[in-house]
Amino acid sequence: MSALAAARTARPAAPTAPSRPGRSRRSGRRARPGRALLSALAIVVALVWVFPVYWMVNSSLLPNVLLQSTRPTFVPLDGSVDNYRAVLTGSGFGGALRMSLTVTLLTVAVVLVFAFLAALAISRFRFRGRTTFVLAVLLVQMLPAEGLFIAQYKLIGSLNLLNSVLGVTIIYVGAVVPFTVWMLRGFVAGVPIELEEAAMVDGLSRFQAFLRITFPLLAPGLVASGVYAFLQAWNEFTVALVILQSDSASTLPIWLRSFLQASASRETDWGQVMAASTLIAVPVIIFFLVVQGRMTSGLMSGAVKG
Amino acid sequence: MALRSQTVRHRRPSRVPYLLITPAIAILALAMGYPLVWQLITSTQRFGLAQQFGKPPESVGLGNYVTLFTDSYLWTVVGRSIAFCLVNAGVTVLIGVLLAILMKAIGTAPRLILQVSMLLAWSMPVVAAMTVWRWLFDWNRGVVNWVLTRGGVDFVGHNWLEAPLSFFFVATTVIVWMSVPFVALSVYAGLTQVPDEVIEAAQIDGANGWQRFWTIVVPMVRPVLMIVLLLQIIWDLRVFAQIKLLQDAGSTPSETNLLGTYIFQLGTGSQDFGMASAVSVFVLALTVALSWFYVRILLKEDA
Repeated sequence: MSALAAARTARPAAPTAPSRPGRSRRSGRRARPGRALLSALAIVVALVWVFPVYWMVNSSLLPNVLLQSTRPTFVPLDGSVDNYRAVLTGSGFGGALRMSLTVTLLTVAVVLVFAFLAALAISRFRFRGRTTFVLAVLLVQMLPAEGLFIAQYKLIGSLNLLNSVLGVTIIYVGAVVPFTVWMLRGFVAGVPIELEEAAMVDGLSRFQAFLRITFPLLAPGLVASGVYAFLQAWNEFTVALVILQSDSASTLPIWLRSFLQASASRETDWGQVMAASTLIAVPVIIFFLVVQGRMTSGLMSGAVKG
Repeated sequence: MALRSQTVRHRRPSRVPYLLITPAIAILALAMGYPLVWQLITSTQRFGLAQQFGKPPESVGLGNYVTLFTDSYLWTVVGRSIAFCLVNAGVTVLIGVLLAILMKAIGTAPRLILQVSMLLAWSMPVVAAMTVWRWLFDWNRGVVNWVLTRGGVDFVGHNWLEAPLSFFFVATTVIVWMSVPFVALSVYAGLTQVPDEVIEAAQIDGANGWQRFWTIVVPMVRPVLMIVLLLQIIWDLRVFAQIKLLQDAGSTPSETNLLGTYIFQLGTGSQDFGMASAVSVFVLALTVALSWFYVRILLKEDA
């Protein structure tokens, strides 16, 4: 609450450079020290929040001798990439990486095609059952894996697809398609149909007009949806845990869990475990930064506009 | 607006839209629809180990549900899950809103630093995040115990994941850490939509800071607040990976189970698919009831 009160005091100081006295127009007497305090608070919060990520990278660079000493090492001055080398050449990581990449890329490809077609249908056509379809998409999107995974396990089992790429991809595509349909719908609706019509007046067929005019404009939407699908499939844990029970079929999250379990049966080699975590997290962090804005507005659409 | 004119244009019934949605419907029917129906049916059957070996499942009507709802352990898990969910969602939204207000109050440079740090935490894959947190809270060499011990409290060799209450404290810490960025950044985006002119006008009319906040800012960001709170409740009701991965560290599952891990235990552990299905149906019903509000808000935009 005090932060809140302080925020109000600081408000009139205007959201520009803090060091320009002429800008703080109204009642700015107490504003500047208050704002410096708030900035300091923000930095502290930022450090607390980023600390686990930093700690993962820091530990991944340290030898186990240092990690097992009573005094933590906060800066990896004597760091090396030995842990990474050990993880990459050790058993399991390569196979799990291949499995993860196959499942993820297949999911992304199929999701993009299916979701794009459906998004076209609901944003460019009015048809009977449209509202029902939209409603179903939105509701299905909310169904938690945790409430379905046992049944999905039985389904994939009865199709004889346990421990297979196809089996887990079927479930992932089903889980990711609803939100991507919703996300792409916004992008398609954002391209005015008048653009296509103008091209048709100029003599293109409807299909050509779509392909030459609308489709290129949708590229950012397809990239954002693709990255979203990538993140979902790459990070998925619950379904993979039941469907991919054999070690040779593990995806990276499942592999990381068994790697930690195996390591914990001895004295945990946290350096290697953290190196493995970093390897899994880095592509996600990169892709996430690309797509973050779009994903939030997809989740929030309808609310922010007010 | 553009949609209105298309309505006229596509009045002639066409097969095209149906063809376009067919692949999506087919995969949803297979991956979600079929398991859903199977689950509803199985939840009314005795479906245990014997059925795994070919014995046809026998119908028990609502027997599984009666067993469940008279089972005191289920109620313990349900109560625990709901309490956990509300505490987590509440703490997350509170901290998220406070941080959003903080972001609004400070200059560009510290705000960017805070936002980047939030994005980094948000983007961590859940399994990697849980692994890091287990290392932070490690009983032997974890940095948390070290810092607390340095601070004067003896936490040497303290095992955080042993006692249920401290297990859930760790789980809450991790989940709040993961979820606050979404809330903070969304609410901050909402706050930036409040026009400065409106606030200045109120100021000229003599409203003090507190009044401006409660009578102008809060009502204008209320839709955003509602959505993030609702999403947070829905998400925190279904935590599975986080709890499962913390349980791996050696705590007693029966004392730390939430609904997700309980279903997992019933299904894959005791192979009691009838009961697992019944609990799943209960979780789905709860989620759909909560999601309904969310979906209604989203549908407004689609009208």
